[in-house]
This record gives sequence, structure tokens and C-alpha cells, in this order.
Amino acid sequence: MVFSYYPGCTLSTQAKEMDVHARKCAEVLGFTLEEIDDWQCCGAVYPMGSDEVASKLSAIRALHQAKEKGQDLVTLCAACYHVLKRINEDMKNKEMQKTVHTYDNSLDYHGETKVIHFMEVLQKHVGFDKLKEKTVNPLKGRKIGAYYGCMLLRPSSILAFDDPENPQIFETFLKALGAEAVEFPRRNECCGGYISLKQKEKSREMANEIVENAVRNGAETLITACPLCLYNVAKAEGSSIYYFTKLLAEALGVKE
Amino acid sequence: MTNMSRDVLHTLSSTSIEKCMSCGRCSASCPVADEMNIMPHQFVALLKRREVEKLMESNTLWKCLSCFACIERCPRGVEPAKIVEASRLAVIRQQGESHISADEIPKYLESESDLPQQLLVSAFRKYRG
Repeated sequence: MVFSYYPGCTLSTQAKEMDVHARKCAEVLGFTLEEIDDWQCCGAVYPMGSDEVASKLSAIRALHQAKEKGQDLVTLCAACYHVLKRINEDMKNKEMQKTVHTYDNSLDYHGETKVIHFMEVLQKHVGFDKLKEKTVNPLKGRKIGAYYGCMLLRPSSILAFDDPENPQIFETFLKALGAEAVEFPRRNECCGGYISLKQKEKSREMANEIVENAVRNGAETLITACPLCLYNVAKAEGSSIYYFTKLLAEALGVKE
Repeated sequence: MTNMSRDVLHTLSSTSIEKCMSCGRCSASCPVADEMNIMPHQFVALLKRREVEKLMESNTLWKCLSCFACIERCPRGVEPAKIVEASRLAVIRQQGESHISADEIPKYLESESDLPQQLLVSAFRKYRG
């Protein structure tokens, strides 16, 4: 199985370990992440203004490239997944296609590419049963809470990643690795997102609430797929949070 | 402050405000509604009443987290966050109204070694026209 792969800005820099672990795990699990050429940052947030076109072009180029190769487009970063998937949806609109053509007439694109998250590759293409078989270091006795945040889940009409109020995919993943999956009510609440740049106190307060809620429900550690969630939640009191890929690499025995 | 009309904001947000039944579920779902001087359901009501200036001057523009809880939970598909975004765009696209400048970036990068690029890009997109 070969997938087009879009790492995004943060996985090439601050969250490099997520990229490294994911590639190693993919190898063990029998699929390949083929990084697309000359990709540009997706913009990290989905532009909601109805007249936004130029700010969507980098994502459209990535989607178009995957289409040319006839591959699904895989991301790891929750923000990239969110932005690419929503812009892909926009590209099914004829007016949008026409406008994009006026910017770059080589972009013959109509939303054909399937955007999938690495976790969905594990679920749908590898299978959690097979993941369990491949686990050489089961995370026995580890109580882990999956922190979903916003970007993977909402709006569910477009993201369709999992049930937006009661998601289960990360919990199923954790169980496959042999861990105890701890569900906590705030696992799909916002960490504060981009306000942590200018309103640090508020984002700290929100992160504290998330961690407090996770701990009260028995979690010792949290996992996430979003670099901004990790940055914000790590600042909370008594916080322990990792990228999900770190635990995956540990369980598969490829963590250095 | 502006000659922005209700129709411009309406088009920019492309939402169906007439569907709103003022149930307040958006504001109840919003994690920062208590800090907003105009809460999400009031945002929709004010746009209906064409009080665009109030929207553009509200602190809601800088409190909203784009977490999409209001959009997800609206039983009528109104999408209040899109009206907030349209109002924010209407402000930051004006000359001198950016809420972040490139000169600030080194300061942020120097103070924290773990700052993700995603945060800088997101903030630039949200605060600068």
C-alpha cells in the first residue's frame, strides 16, 4: 500500500519526531508514506470567508498532486487533516473550480482526492486486529486518555472522522496496543488553540481544565495528533502528553 | 468606522441567519462565551438587525477559538463562527487594523523553544488581513 503523504510545517520542524515515528511504524505495518513534492504549508486554519481562494491554493496543489498519482492523501497533523479535507470539499463546487483556474490553470481539480488521517489508515487499511498482532511491547497497565481536541472532529458533516461527541477511534487504537483507554468528558473540548500566542492565561486555564478532568477520570498520560494541542496542554499543571505516534512506535518496538 | 453593509458580511460568512431560532445552544457550547461582550447567539441576532458596527467592535472577534463547537451543535445549521470570522476579516482587511505584525515573531520564538510553527501560522491567518 502506497499513500501520498503531506507532513506539513510543524512535522518538518518542531514535531519532527511524529514524522519519524510514523514512517518507521508504517514500514513495520506494511504501507508506505510517499511525501509529495514541493508541498507548502496548508495555512493551519481553514479560511472560512466565502471569498477566500488564494489562501487555499497550497492545499489544492497538494490535493491535485495526490490525484495525479492516483493515491489517497495521508496526514498526521490534525490541523493539516482539517484544512485539507475541508478545502477538498470546497473543490467539489463548480464556481470554486472556475475561480481556482483563474489563479493557476494547471489545477484541473474537482475534489477527487481522498484525504485520510494516519489513524484511519490504521483502522481501515491495516486493521486494529493486525495492529494488535504486530505489537511487540504491549502497553500493559498504562492508563491513557485520548485527547481529540477540535480539528479532527468538527464540523463532523465534513470531517466525518468519528462521532463528534463520543469518538472511539483513538480508544480502540489504545486497546489494540494493550493499554487501558481512559475516556474523559473533556476529550473533545478546545485547548485554546491559537489564542495561546497572545492570551496565555486563558489557554493555560483551558488546558488545566482538560488535564484535571483527564486525571480525575484515571488517566496517567494523554495522547494527541495535534502539535498545537500538545503545546497548549503540556503547559497545564501535572500534564503528561505525547503524540500518539510515540506510543505506537514504542508498542511496535521501533522507538529509538 | 466602516461602510460595511450587512449584506457584505452576510455574503462573506455565507450563513443562513434567517434559520436561527435563538435557542442559545451555540453560546451554551462556546468555551469562551462568558468572556465575550457579544455571545454567538447574539452575534446572529445583531446581524439580522443589521447592527454590523457592533459586531466589528466586539471583543468576540479576538475571543473566538474557531473550535467549531457552535457550528457542530447548532440544530438549524446556522454556523455562528462563520459570522465571527467574516466580521474579523472585515476588520483586519482594513489598513492598520492587523492584530499581529511580523516584528513580534522573534520575541515569541525567543521566549519559548517549544513553540510550534502551527501556532504562528494560525495566529497570522486569524489576526492579519
